[in-house]
Amino acid sequence: MLSAILTLGGLALLAGLGLGYAGKRLRVEEDPLVEKVDAILPQTQCGQCGYPGCKPYAEALANGEADINLCPPGGERVIRELAELLGVAPKPLDGAEPVPKVAVIDESACIGCTLCLKACPVDAIVGAVKQYHTVVRGACTGCELCLAPCPADCITMQPLPPDVRQWRWSSPDKVPPSAPSAEENQASDDAPSASKKAA
Amino acid sequence: MSGRVLASPYIHSGAAVDTIMYWVVGALLPAAAWGVYCFGWPAFWTLFLGIGSAMVAEWLTLRAMGRPNRVRDGSAALTGLLLAMTLPPYAPWWLTVLGSVVAIVIGKQIYGGLGYNPFNPALIARVILLVSFPVHMTTWPTPIFLLDAGLDPYNFMQGLAVTFGSILPQGVTWDTVTSASLLGQYRTELSAGATVGEALTAGSGYPGYSWVDLMLGRSAGSLGEVSALLLLLGGAVLLFKRIITWHIPVAMIGATVGMAAIFWTLDPTHYLDPMLHLFSGGLILGALFMATDMVTSPTTPKGQLIFGASIGILTYVIRTWGGYPEGVSFAIVIMNMAVPFIDQYTRPRVYGHGRKVQGFKGGAR
Amino acid sequence: MLVKLVKGALGHTFARGGVHPPTEKKATQGSAIETLDPQGEVILALNQHIGSPALPVVAVGDRVFVGTTVARATGFISAPLHSSVSGTVTAIENRPSTHASGLAVPCIVIASDGQFTPDLGLKALGDCGKLGRDTLREAVRLAGLTGLGGASFPTAVKLSPPSNHPVETLVLNGVECEPFLTCDHRLMLEAPEAIIAGGRAMARAVGAANIVIAIEANKPDAIAAMKQAAAPYPEIGVEVLPVRYPQGSEKQLIQALFGLEVPSHGLPLDVGLVVQNVGTAWAVHHLLTTGEPLVSRVVTVTGPLVPRPKNLRVRLGTPLREILAACGVDEKVMNRATAILGGPMMGTILLNPDAPLVKGIGGILVMDGSVQERNPDPCIRCARCVTACPTGLLPNELGWFAKTDQFERSQEYDLFDCIECGCCAFVCPSRIPLVHYFRYAKSQIWFAEREKRKADEAKERSDAKKARIEREEEEKRRKREEVKAKMAAAKQEADATKVAQAAEETSGEQA
Repeated sequence: MLSAILTLGGLALLAGLGLGYAGKRLRVEEDPLVEKVDAILPQTQCGQCGYPGCKPYAEALANGEADINLCPPGGERVIRELAELLGVAPKPLDGAEPVPKVAVIDESACIGCTLCLKACPVDAIVGAVKQYHTVVRGACTGCELCLAPCPADCITMQPLPPDVRQWRWSSPDKVPPSAPSAEENQASDDAPSASKKAA
Repeated sequence: MSGRVLASPYIHSGAAVDTIMYWVVGALLPAAAWGVYCFGWPAFWTLFLGIGSAMVAEWLTLRAMGRPNRVRDGSAALTGLLLAMTLPPYAPWWLTVLGSVVAIVIGKQIYGGLGYNPFNPALIARVILLVSFPVHMTTWPTPIFLLDAGLDPYNFMQGLAVTFGSILPQGVTWDTVTSASLLGQYRTELSAGATVGEALTAGSGYPGYSWVDLMLGRSAGSLGEVSALLLLLGGAVLLFKRIITWHIPVAMIGATVGMAAIFWTLDPTHYLDPMLHLFSGGLILGALFMATDMVTSPTTPKGQLIFGASIGILTYVIRTWGGYPEGVSFAIVIMNMAVPFIDQYTRPRVYGHGRKVQGFKGGAR
Repeated sequence: MLVKLVKGALGHTFARGGVHPPTEKKATQGSAIETLDPQGEVILALNQHIGSPALPVVAVGDRVFVGTTVARATGFISAPLHSSVSGTVTAIENRPSTHASGLAVPCIVIASDGQFTPDLGLKALGDCGKLGRDTLREAVRLAGLTGLGGASFPTAVKLSPPSNHPVETLVLNGVECEPFLTCDHRLMLEAPEAIIAGGRAMARAVGAANIVIAIEANKPDAIAAMKQAAAPYPEIGVEVLPVRYPQGSEKQLIQALFGLEVPSHGLPLDVGLVVQNVGTAWAVHHLLTTGEPLVSRVVTVTGPLVPRPKNLRVRLGTPLREILAACGVDEKVMNRATAILGGPMMGTILLNPDAPLVKGIGGILVMDGSVQERNPDPCIRCARCVTACPTGLLPNELGWFAKTDQFERSQEYDLFDCIECGCCAFVCPSRIPLVHYFRYAKSQIWFAEREKRKADEAKERSDAKKARIEREEEEKRRKREEVKAKMAAAKQEADATKVAQAAEETSGEQA
């Protein structure tokens, strides 16, 4: 029996030493997990996840402290990619998936206070003191941080108009099995939620 | 509206799953009918119970799992039929029913239903039965025209008694109506030290079949074994209708016969001749109907050749040196496990990739 | 590199895959092309080509004539747009499109005066043999010509290869492998000399020494006509190909004729070839002889529900409803039918008949609504799709990856090499909508790439803002330090002065 214990114990020791050595010697240098997670997030810096920006949320995710379904601007795509990266099961979004929106300033009501300029985390609003402010549509991420500071209540969030070049095919599993009637075609033509279907 | 549109194409070749299944069933029917002719009513009951309980099992399972009813697509019927063809014709009713239920429930539905099972359902059931009930699964009746015992399998009542009660008429014993299959005889005698010639000649009490006998079904065996010629005919029909492709059957039969030829040439006293290998056991049934099962075989042509050849080699190995006299079912089930791996590494070359493609030298490519 | 015609064992045909759908051309292959003029307004979509959309150069109220430029190209891969009628511009607004999304797109709407007066500025250019390559290319570019085989790629760009990609041979594609369509067939039969002349002009423009005209064997009259028209020119040859779908696909055609493969993500230019549709060749000839830019095209209107199937020469911008009505398809039929633009293997469903004809539409098929019914079975791994795929992909695996959203794996299995020909879905016994899955996967992947770009830009801006704020804080801090230091120095001075003053007073008192 002693010989058995010694043999197996010796083999285990050897295996452990070997693995430890391999772990050091053959180590693969990788981006830290936080960087990889941050690269998936949409960088709107809106704070809707409860963390003050995308990087803090990424850190929390990398430490396993945060759930993967807290990012509305990222939507299903981000949840799916996070699930794959972190090796957890994907979950539905906490809340409804939002329609992509951008901020729009009603220039006739703007008083030029620059409070929204300071609030925007990506500098998407241009203007100066006592001058009209306006939102650069291509830079706006839809984070809604500019809405609260505005004293004149002249900023609204509006959905992006549907654009043929942004349209995506939906999965065949979501398409009903028979042809839509002419009335149904017409109704969806008029509905403003056409961009929602496109999203 | 954008979410409602279906993409092209808007015409279809007309192919359908049930068409495929029913063609395969149809290709098997001549062989099954010959089997009933050889073995009488009990064989009929075996086929009937096999197909029937498979269809009932599928219907019940789909209902229990809340999935849409697919019994009409014929895949359950085909599984039941294939399983019944591999069973001993005088198998007790409960063996057949159990086999079909295992094939459908464990072999297919728990994996997600049609298209998701990794193993051929009929074969996995056969393997389970073989391991669990080895005696029942290796009791091979002799075909009627070779019998001179007092059993009349064409007698309806006697047929019922055999299948549903395992009762033989007065004065008949199991020994008189059954005999070892050729492969079984070969293995038993060879392990006792005899040579091939001794094992198979009439002198040892064994009827002594030639390959012509085997081909025409004049030997003990399962329903599938006795109809080699009709199975070949059915297989030819399937090949002609492009339901199966030639790769797997040719590779599998070629490999087994090839290996048999090599060893037989080296030592004819200890190795069976290749023609006997070809027509005995489930080789032809397996090559044309089991290994070609679409769900559990590779999708790439190269992969199919590798798959078929490996099954052929494994079959010969198990038959000659393995623990069982018949190796086709085990060989196929083993290779079923390797299918995703084979598919991954035999992907065809894509147009525009690889060394065959030339662009301009020094161009922007 | 010398490019030579190569024949395989089955004659000129591509290496693997392919299917044989019923050709269904009997209804219109004997019908001569008729002209159909628009009744009321024409709607010219600003983006009828691959590349960036054109920008309007007219305003509401402007008077225009046939051939007047109404929108200019923007960028290298773009094409201008011309009025197809004479009349007045009534609007520049969004109108229904033929895009698969059904979304409206910006269009220029012109009310026709029924006269079809040509623009006086149009000039015939004469014999192509006397024109330089650059002149030819510029003429083609200004005429807004795009590939009329369905892809709508700007022709001028195709005819302008980079200098390190010399072109040996021009291929004129008269294969027309899609079922139902006969517009190219009729054009080859009725105007073979024009096609030959246009082809010669294009070959001159691109510097190609040879021209090969590819036609499928099911058009014997067109083959005879083209052979006769090509007879005087030794550098032009007509090759007959066996009927097989997708023989007319550029990549498969090149393999069929020359045994070469276009490198993945590459162009026919990489193997010294340019492929053009015979309709495009006709349009080039028309431009050179009349000066008229691309304002019309031939369309085949057919299908089981069309009472009077025809081949029609239609002006661009004609509402599709009008074209269908001319063939007897009225509201009642439209309500229970499905109209398909293009061919049945690769076409798109028409969602709104008020949409206009655009440069890329060669056929309108009116079929029963049942073509949209789907109830797929699970994949049984029968591998018929693998056998049918002309590109050598594994459609069953790609479909599975798309269904389960495994987009990275689908790219590993070469999803973007798929030409969406539809052979796989055509043969699938489970009726799985494979091409739909591939398009879904491709659009999701492109969407993710766009989102990543947007996120990267947002991160850059956010980082830049943070850096700017830090800089400003630094500035403020520095200024505060400076002021503090100044005040401290001033205080010191004041203290020193006080001490000095106090010392003076003391010494003054003493004195």
